[in-house]
Amino acid sequence: MTALAALIRRDIKIALRVGGGALIGVLFFLTVVVLMPFALGPDLALLTRLGPAILWLGALLASLLTLDRLFMADHEDGSLDLIVMSRTPLELTCAAKALAHWLAAGVPLILATPVLGLLLNLDATATAAVALTLLAGTPALTFTGMIGAALAVTLHRGGLLLAVLVLPLSIPVLIFGVAASQAAITGPLAFGTPFSILCALSLVSLVIGPFAAAASLRHGLD
Amino acid sequence: MTLIDLANPTRFLQLTARILPWLAAATAILLLVGLYQAAMAPDDYQQGATVKIMFIHVPNAWLAMFVWGVMSLAALGTLVWRHPLADVAAKAAAPIGAAFTFLALVTGSLWGRPMWGTYWEWDARLTSVLILFLMYLGLIALWRAVEDPSRAARAAAVLTLVGALNLPIIKFSVDWWNTLHQPASVLRMGGPSLDRSFLIPLLVMAVAFSLLFVTLHLAAMRNEILRRRVRSLQMMQASRRSA
Amino acid sequence: MRLSGSGVSCVRGGREVFSGLDFAVSAGEALAVTGRNGSGKTSLLRLIAGLLMPQGGSIGLEGGTGELTLPEQAHFLGHRDALKPALSVTENLAFWREFLGGEAFDLAECLAAVGLDHAAPLPAAFLSAGQRRRLSIARLLAARRPIWLLDEPTNALDTSGQAMFAALMDDHLARGGLIVAATHAPLGIAARELRIGGAA
Repeated sequence: MTALAALIRRDIKIALRVGGGALIGVLFFLTVVVLMPFALGPDLALLTRLGPAILWLGALLASLLTLDRLFMADHEDGSLDLIVMSRTPLELTCAAKALAHWLAAGVPLILATPVLGLLLNLDATATAAVALTLLAGTPALTFTGMIGAALAVTLHRGGLLLAVLVLPLSIPVLIFGVAASQAAITGPLAFGTPFSILCALSLVSLVIGPFAAAASLRHGLD
Repeated sequence: MTLIDLANPTRFLQLTARILPWLAAATAILLLVGLYQAAMAPDDYQQGATVKIMFIHVPNAWLAMFVWGVMSLAALGTLVWRHPLADVAAKAAAPIGAAFTFLALVTGSLWGRPMWGTYWEWDARLTSVLILFLMYLGLIALWRAVEDPSRAARAAAVLTLVGALNLPIIKFSVDWWNTLHQPASVLRMGGPSLDRSFLIPLLVMAVAFSLLFVTLHLAAMRNEILRRRVRSLQMMQASRRSA
Repeated sequence: MRLSGSGVSCVRGGREVFSGLDFAVSAGEALAVTGRNGSGKTSLLRLIAGLLMPQGGSIGLEGGTGELTLPEQAHFLGHRDALKPALSVTENLAFWREFLGGEAFDLAECLAAVGLDHAAPLPAAFLSAGQRRRLSIARLLAARRPIWLLDEPTNALDTSGQAMFAALMDDHLARGGLIVAATHAPLGIAARELRIGGAA
């Protein structure tokens, strides 16, 4: 357990220090959301209607962008070799890395949501609904994205390949995340149904993600 | 006392140590005077007391742009003359500029709430300032992303100058994209349209905020110089002969 | 404790690097793997560390700690130093000590042993190549493992660094440890030589 705690502490520290990517993710999120009105036009009623979708897309792209370095940095400096050799099961190590990544890069996105909700003229209920669905859904994005990050590191390719691998995997999360937010704002569906499915997706990815990532790391390193 | 003397970081530290208290005092006095005058200014016949946000909002918005100008000059200093203080000046200015821009946005949206009924309206001017804010944040992210300050300085200088060239284009495009905001009322052809009872406090506040910027900027530059000295001392410490 | 391989062969990128390799090292012994560039020295170390799968043959450990696998009882010191420039020297070492687990050794003593005590609070970004190598070596001391797998361990080390490391390796062997090192340069300790890939 101390090994995992040490890993989580280290990853968060690196993300927050000079050169770390945690805050750049938030900045990217902000920029994507600000771009939307330029494409859609400044009609506030329209932006309010599309708000949850815009925020979800922004969060999805931002969390994908920062995932790129999840294993790549450790691979480049040789840490990954030692992590694979260690006495801690690789599945748990992967889960710990994903958790650290979510804490350093995912949580700031959720915290930024209220400000962005203001820009899109969402009222308090709508903003709270989006923030809540992001809180439930972003772990799923991180834990499924981790599989792509592990594949990318074993193939020595990052960036766009990662996006192409991971984006299709995150479609269900996007569907139920936006559906739950919309349900809370306009109805007619009950909020609980899509939200429970969203939570279920997160829980499933919590299990599948670490196993798939560990498997691809184990067989792909050379 | 020539410009060459100022260029020397040690001289700069000595000189600013003497100047800073006076600058800080002058800033405080002018701010007090400006705020008092602003409080005494009459209410607007349309907007009521809300109009007084203007005395904070407008100087902040001016400085948001002015600081980018200062950084552009510093960027020229970095790229053309490779001046050691220039990148310190550019780096120290970015967070302060971002803070002024943020305050301009916040006061603008507080002003907008009673006027437009929403905190945020995608009108041309607010939007331009928001883009300016994003550019400041991007610049700060760039400074933070690169470990070696002199390499970061050149990259940031290029970005600052490109930004300075791009800002008018962005402003024009956004204006074209949407205009709801009231037209410029102080700096426009045919003299100010603002009443003198508003104009004088506004100018006092503008000077006070400019002084505030100079004070903060000099203090931040001192910190940055000292931070770099600590860094080079640490590097010397690291390269000390291993036993 | 005895680490041995029989008939080990390795294929990388469709090319056979070596085949039919036999070796054995016992506790207290060092094995120096030599050979020309590209003969597969690093690959052999990575095979032992479990980071590569052998194409044929087997590698085994007798008499180690029962429930642990071979890689879990080994330290791997590779070309890349597994250091994070954003963290301080102490933070880097403290992380590996906690992550690798086991007995908690005093970090300051480990740093002093490799001659880095003066740099403890500084960011690892400020270290030179030789100092980074010294910090990686400190990792071998901060968490004890019986098997040391070393890939060109003396690279980037100056003469005093090489002497310091030779003394540390001797200590390790005297405590019943076991070393497999891929190397061009003499290690500075008594070691049997395993030459792979024919003449240099």
